[in-house]
Amino acid sequence: MPQFVLSKAINAALRRAMEDDPKVLVMGEDVGKLGGVFRVTDGLQKDFGEDRVIDTPLAESGIIGTAVGLALRGYRPVCEIQFDGFVYPAYDQIVSQVAKMNFRSRGRLKMPIVIRIPFGGGIGAVEHHSESPEGYFTHTAGLKVVAVSNPEDAYWMLQQAIASDDPVIYFEPKRRYYEKAEIDTSATQAPFPLHASRVVREGTDVTLLCYGPMVKTCLEAAAAAEEEGRSLEVIDLRTLSPLDLGPVYESVRRTGRAITVHEAPMTLGLGAELAARITEQCFFSLEAPVLRVGGFDTPYPAAKLEEDYLPDLDRVLDAVDRTLAF
Amino acid sequence: MTAPYARSDEPELVQLLTPEGERREHPDYAFDLDDDAIKGFYHDLVMTRRIDTEAFMLQRQGELGIWASLLGQEAAQIGSGRALRKQDYVFPTYREHGVAWCRGVDPLALIGLFRGVDHGNWDPAEFGFHLYTIVIGAQTLHATGYAMGVQRDGLVGTNDAERDTAVVAYLGDGATSQGDVNEAFIFSTVFNAPVVFFIQNNQWAISEPIEKQSRIPLYRRASGFGFPGVRVDGNDVLATYAVTKAALQQARDGGGPVLVEAFTYRMGAHTTNDDPTRYRLTDELEHWKLKDPLARVKAYLVRNGLADEAFFEQVEADADTLAEHLRSSTRAMPDPDPAKIFDLVYQEQTPELVEQKEWFVKYHASFAAQAEVH
Repeated sequence: MPQFVLSKAINAALRRAMEDDPKVLVMGEDVGKLGGVFRVTDGLQKDFGEDRVIDTPLAESGIIGTAVGLALRGYRPVCEIQFDGFVYPAYDQIVSQVAKMNFRSRGRLKMPIVIRIPFGGGIGAVEHHSESPEGYFTHTAGLKVVAVSNPEDAYWMLQQAIASDDPVIYFEPKRRYYEKAEIDTSATQAPFPLHASRVVREGTDVTLLCYGPMVKTCLEAAAAAEEEGRSLEVIDLRTLSPLDLGPVYESVRRTGRAITVHEAPMTLGLGAELAARITEQCFFSLEAPVLRVGGFDTPYPAAKLEEDYLPDLDRVLDAVDRTLAF
Repeated sequence: MTAPYARSDEPELVQLLTPEGERREHPDYAFDLDDDAIKGFYHDLVMTRRIDTEAFMLQRQGELGIWASLLGQEAAQIGSGRALRKQDYVFPTYREHGVAWCRGVDPLALIGLFRGVDHGNWDPAEFGFHLYTIVIGAQTLHATGYAMGVQRDGLVGTNDAERDTAVVAYLGDGATSQGDVNEAFIFSTVFNAPVVFFIQNNQWAISEPIEKQSRIPLYRRASGFGFPGVRVDGNDVLATYAVTKAALQQARDGGGPVLVEAFTYRMGAHTTNDDPTRYRLTDELEHWKLKDPLARVKAYLVRNGLADEAFFEQVEADADTLAEHLRSSTRAMPDPDPAKIFDLVYQEQTPELVEQKEWFVKYHASFAAQAEVH
């Protein structure tokens, strides 16, 4: 089976989706000749032409707003937002138009739009290039939100997102773009549904809930904890809206302990929602309160301080110590 | 301090019918339909004004939550609306009741939106008329993207009148200050999209005069983006028809975007919620009353002996019938089923919403059960 780094897996997924359906378009800033600042769309314009791989003016609201019109005309635009912190100028079009069109029209107007956003920190970038805006989008009814953590999911989940008649925000962990894995590209069907969480490491003592770039961190924490005789279960949420909580509840009822881990600021982050749901559904199985590990409630710091800001293996293990001390 | 702004009757204003009902020639734009068509336009203008008047009164009677009146803007809407072909596609704001009329949308569907039973219960694809967009200017980008789709579908510049397609975005003077509108201008011109931006400059964005939006006439904005702009007398149905028809044809032929500024006036409030006496002078209203879009068509028809009293009586009778229909049907409009809010948030339902709906339906039913017990 061929090996792909995560960014190339996305490229292969785009290529396959465009070959399968002539209505699929790629649009964004620098996605054409340059192949995107992360080279995710490398070579697509050469093969599919400027009408299908559209270098847009430098205007994020314009990218999403025109994608709305293209979708209304029967196209399936895949929009690239260059960096997480640049999505805000498009925020109104996403939450007021993309998210609500299906509801507003009672299902007559579909919005099969995918908005790809490289997100999260850890690459030493300047301001506005390392944010975790997923909370804004998971809070908005009408949007579906996913975050990928590995090349195989990146490959399949993007194709599933493009095939979906609902708008999907597709978060790419930019610091994992160069993680490598095998992908069976000859398969005709995705191995997992788009909106399904997965147990990626089994364990018995504590459940770690994570997504995107933190999945690797949590797996490393679980490996380190094992050396100390602690067994951590790791769940990759994969889908952030709708959440797939069945496997989460099942796991927490078994382990009795849960820790949520994300890069986004803690307050009103996804961890808060998970803690509330777990408390409602698994109250009598819990041995300890659900703990949260996350970014601080500060603006993203300068690059030299991001190691302090971002949750890392030690912060996860510290939370494991705290939950087991109850 | 407010910048000076040329308010009206500038030489570049395209006019084909004077406020007194006299036909005028213009070197670039001609009205190419016959007098029967003008009688048809008059019928449209009267019917549209009556829809507006009735909806306004229904709001005052508590039947509608709010209404956005088009009073004074009928000619801009009927002239541009009648210039469209079936395959063209319209992206309206929330005030395009006259354009909706031209596209065949049931006025009750518009009223339903303002009554609050839904967000617009018509099929945009059937009428070539998108749902009303409330967020100012957002629809100009949708129109541009749709036009880019038309372009990709190969429906521009084929010289086939049945196929070549144009897209129209309606917007107001206030909208021209929005970032989205400026982005739409840029996208449309760099991609040469077949879209016409039809600005109804009604002089007021709620309480803010045009001086708070621009220091130059709005039609001149287009030249800065690299496409043509034209200002037309928005109270002249013949001129708005002729100018919009030419703009649409340029777009359909592959000539790219055009901006049309219909210079008109909002005779009423922005919506039924505001009070224009707080922000504008009666003199201004009186000045614009003399330019009434309906009166000048009537004057033309009467002056030239093209319509008799029986014609005007029939138009009034048609309007009365429509008005009665709107009144009784609005009052009979049922409230929507509350459980519907959980449906069609997505094309593919989510487990979360299924759960919330089940809970809500049971909760709702429990009140009915309690009522039976007591």
